[in-house]
Amino acid sequence: MIKAAIVMNTQGKPRLAKFYEFLSLEKQQELIRSVFGVLCSRAENVSNFLDADSFFGPDSRLVYKHFATLYFVFVFDSSENELAMLDLIQVFVETLDKCFRNVCELDIVFNYSKLHTVLDEIIFGGQVLETSSAEVMKAVEEISKQEAASNSIALVSKTVSGWRR
Amino acid sequence: MEQLKTIGRELAMGSQGGFGQSKEFLDLVKSIGEARSKAEEDRIVLREIETLKRRIIEPDIPKRKMKEYIIRLVYVEMLGHDASFGYIHAVKMTHDDSLVLKRTGYLAVTLFLNEDHDLIILIVNTIQKDLKSDNYLVVCAALNAVCKLINEETIPAVLPQVVELLGHPKEAVRKKAIMALHRFYHKSPSSVSHLISNFRKRLCDNDPGVMGATLCPLFDLIAVDVTSYKDLVISFVSILKQVAERRLPKTYDYHQMPAPFIQIKLLKILALLGSGDKQASEHMYTVVGDIFRKCDSSSNIGNAVLYECICCVASIYPNPKLLEAAADVIARFLKSDSHNLKYMGIDGLGRLIKLSPDIAEQHQLAVIDCLEDPDDTLKRKTFELLYKMTKSSNVEVIVDRMIDYMISINDNHYKTEIASRCVELAEQFAPSNQWFILTMNKVFEHAGDLVNIKVAHNLMRLIAEGFGEDDDTADSQLRSSAVESYLHIIGEPKLPSLFLQVICWVLGEYGTADGKFSASYITGKLCDVAEAYSNDETVKAYAVTALMKVYAFEIAAGRKVDMLPECQSLIEDLSASHSTDLQQRAYELQAVVGLDAHAIEYIMPSDASCEDIEIDKSLSFLNGYVQKSLEKGAQPYIPEGQRSGILNLSNFRNQDQHEASSHGLRFEAYELPKAPVPSKIPPTLLASSTELVPVPEPSYYVETQQVASVSSSDAGPSELKLRLDGVQKKWGRQTYSSPAASTSQSSSQKAVNGVKQTEGSGAVNSRPRESLYDSKKQEIDPEKQKLAASLFGGSSKTERRASTAGLKAARGSSHGLEKNLVSMEAALSSHDNAVEKTIVQPPPDLLDLGEPAVTSSAALEDPFKQLEGLLDSSQVPPTVNSGATKAPDIMTLYSGTPATGQNTDGDSLLPGLSNSSSDAVHGTNTKSTPLSKGPNLKDSLEKDALVRQMEWLEQEVYSMMADRVARPNRGHMEHPLSRSAHYTAPRVTELSGDDWFCDPCLHALAPNDI
Repeated sequence: MIKAAIVMNTQGKPRLAKFYEFLSLEKQQELIRSVFGVLCSRAENVSNFLDADSFFGPDSRLVYKHFATLYFVFVFDSSENELAMLDLIQVFVETLDKCFRNVCELDIVFNYSKLHTVLDEIIFGGQVLETSSAEVMKAVEEISKQEAASNSIALVSKTVSGWRR
Repeated sequence: MEQLKTIGRELAMGSQGGFGQSKEFLDLVKSIGEARSKAEEDRIVLREIETLKRRIIEPDIPKRKMKEYIIRLVYVEMLGHDASFGYIHAVKMTHDDSLVLKRTGYLAVTLFLNEDHDLIILIVNTIQKDLKSDNYLVVCAALNAVCKLINEETIPAVLPQVVELLGHPKEAVRKKAIMALHRFYHKSPSSVSHLISNFRKRLCDNDPGVMGATLCPLFDLIAVDVTSYKDLVISFVSILKQVAERRLPKTYDYHQMPAPFIQIKLLKILALLGSGDKQASEHMYTVVGDIFRKCDSSSNIGNAVLYECICCVASIYPNPKLLEAAADVIARFLKSDSHNLKYMGIDGLGRLIKLSPDIAEQHQLAVIDCLEDPDDTLKRKTFELLYKMTKSSNVEVIVDRMIDYMISINDNHYKTEIASRCVELAEQFAPSNQWFILTMNKVFEHAGDLVNIKVAHNLMRLIAEGFGEDDDTADSQLRSSAVESYLHIIGEPKLPSLFLQVICWVLGEYGTADGKFSASYITGKLCDVAEAYSNDETVKAYAVTALMKVYAFEIAAGRKVDMLPECQSLIEDLSASHSTDLQQRAYELQAVVGLDAHAIEYIMPSDASCEDIEIDKSLSFLNGYVQKSLEKGAQPYIPEGQRSGILNLSNFRNQDQHEASSHGLRFEAYELPKAPVPSKIPPTLLASSTELVPVPEPSYYVETQQVASVSSSDAGPSELKLRLDGVQKKWGRQTYSSPAASTSQSSSQKAVNGVKQTEGSGAVNSRPRESLYDSKKQEIDPEKQKLAASLFGGSSKTERRASTAGLKAARGSSHGLEKNLVSMEAALSSHDNAVEKTIVQPPPDLLDLGEPAVTSSAALEDPFKQLEGLLDSSQVPPTVNSGATKAPDIMTLYSGTPATGQNTDGDSLLPGLSNSSSDAVHGTNTKSTPLSKGPNLKDSLEKDALVRQMEWLEQEVYSMMADRVARPNRGHMEHPLSRSAHYTAPRVTELSGDDWFCDPCLHALAPNDI
């Protein structure tokens, strides 16, 4: 099972943190910090895997991928396959890329809830739900469409750039 | 933040469907991004929290605005600040009808709340309602919340709805419902135990995505209980086959691989099901072999599947062809430039090495490269591999490497782990005592405070008992070398406390034993230690006790003792110490030094740390004293039960003290002081004068004797004090235990040897391989080659050490036993394989899947019968002769290309179809049938039964053999372990001031005080 999905930038600021088992706020922050501490000290051409026993308890592995200014980190246990998790990160990023057309850190910062929507379509309750980014996109678009339809105020804000109000 | 200049982009994005944010939020994010320090960021966030607190309670906030506030709260929490003031608003938002708000509300509560939060109760009702919603997106949002927020108590509230959703028309909902159930299973297996059949049912969902989702819970279920899912082997194999043959719709492809995540899950499941089950494994050989051949090794995901194949092959009943294929893939992984693949290769090697020990030799240089790689992860994985392949021939190289690495890292967690592995390997395979002591010194020196205290006790025990061979000179050599090395090390600054304890103990016990070092030299060193580590009381306590022992041995040997001045001042200091324990020790030392040689020999026999201490619980030695008192007119002792109520108070206090001496803490409630209570405490033979007076120190009258006749009333008072009697009889050294115990032990030892011989056939053929390491690569760095040779070669050494290694493994830790068992199992199973071939027909060839006997065997005891009922009549038994494609082809149903689908289907399905179901097949999807199996041919059943009976018999024989292998070993193993507990006990109590009076050794002092 997947224990956590974390996105943080290369300065250690969390951009997305989702833990599939409840952890207290302090513990979450501590974990993010310690994961970042290890990640930033790793060289370029090394493996994408880490033993996460020391922060996430026994039987935890960590896979990370570095994109531009962001680290994408998945933490999981032995019932998942490391290489497959690496590809799941790829799926996640590919989907975001489709979602935002050339995703960059800013998109992620400003579309926090959309990020969660995408992630929820890929990982559900700690298990891999969908691995095709096209399918994920379809689901996300459907949600956006219906949300827009369900909320007329949102419609208004869409046309009259909402931030000005 | 450079990119923020492109703010226009955000504004454009802000207008994307429904995700619009206000200027405020953008400003917040921007200012946080530009914050120069953590403090500045915190300030900004705190200001934001203040704003939100104010705004969120304003009346009539537009919904869109409210949504944004909630998102801002979530954001604030992600940055590590408490936003609990807004939780209730998030909860309220889940009640909203609009989908945007509802989803935002659910998102926020899943991130904010844990399943035991008080607010959950307010959400459960909403969730219930939303699970019944017409809009599937609302249902999905609710299911998402269910996974995170529902705890064991609230499961029943939503369970019926979730189960109902398993039949939802949208596959996305079905998928999520399965996963929600899976989550329930995680949280409370009992709550969904009656629903497990649903997972089986959903396995034949006609959407492959839903089928894939069921594999997750099934994997967990199978991991817990393999046997009840054996019947699914054939179904899983057939699904995997169809996936691998690309029968799924193209949309399931990922990087040109057909549904790789489903393949991986299936392979994991097969690995579980085939583990140690020859019959089940045989079904899998073909399909796994196919995947090995077909898998695209150029893509990451292809390698993921290949790696999973390796894991599967290593887990199921071994098949030579598959092992070969797995070894090829591992070779490819190891040769690759990618660190990820190397990592997987090393991991795979570690899995296969149990089955074919020679495989590591082919890759020795690659392994050594990984060991020297700058990548820490890879290095650790390689150490794990080395740990698995350690033998007595290469233990020195491996442990040295491990220690070097251990010294080089700072990560305490891993340091601890690697230290304990070093200790374990050293205990198991040590080639010499000298080496063992030196290795332990290194481990203690560099990770002393991280290793388990048991390791230290083990080391002391080992030095005290020797290596088990009945060779006293070797033991004393071990001790002298330990003493020498400790005296060498003791001067170094800042040694870990645990190590110092060991040093003090050994110096005290054996420092002067061989006469090499004078007592004054040793005591001088001990005083130095006590002084240098003056704030470590435990070390000081060890040091003082060691001093006492050294002096005691001197006196016992008839030499004159001159206490060093520094020692004297130390003792004086300590006798005024705040620690009562240290005080006690200091006084004891002074008392011991004042005794004569005879008395000392009695209370402090030299080299007696392994002796068992017997306690005379009936206090028979006091009889004379009691007699005398009675003659003088003292009142006779009245057993507690016969005393009147008046005496209860003092009686009670007495009892309390006794209990305290044995427990320290009372766990049971205090009894009411009612008249004559039958007491646990046996009547102690106290003199009448002390009987009525509550004496605070039991030590004054509870006198013990070291060499007493074994007390006859053992059974009664055993509750009272240290429970040594039972222990020593069971586990004591042969010389100290009763004759019965010793014979049983020797017989078990014999059994070990006996098994060693029978097992020989299995072990022998693996040994010569060890010497076969290839000498082809001459151009490689000679340094590396030397390392490789020492790691992988050296068969002659192995032979020499084999027997001792076995012995040590047995007396070592439990891990040793496991290892032994594993290797024996491997030996046995290879043997098994051979026998199997002679008795039963040859196992089916890789490609020959459809052996009727095998397929029908699954049908025989098929719990799928129920399933068939559930699936109504569309379940079609395929004809036997349809060969490889005889499992009905669900995947063609998935593919949605009816033309081809119907054609292939037609052949196998039509003959068995009833009219009604044929209709269904040609129409839309029926409940499809990946689970069908061969027909119940009677004769093949009988044949199968016969075969199985034979196999069973065989298994029985082997399990009996395995039992014989295991049992003596286990017995043997437990012995040193529990002994260690027993053995350390008196030494430990020596240290704990509270119940020092438990230690009879010290108690022998008491008579003088009276």
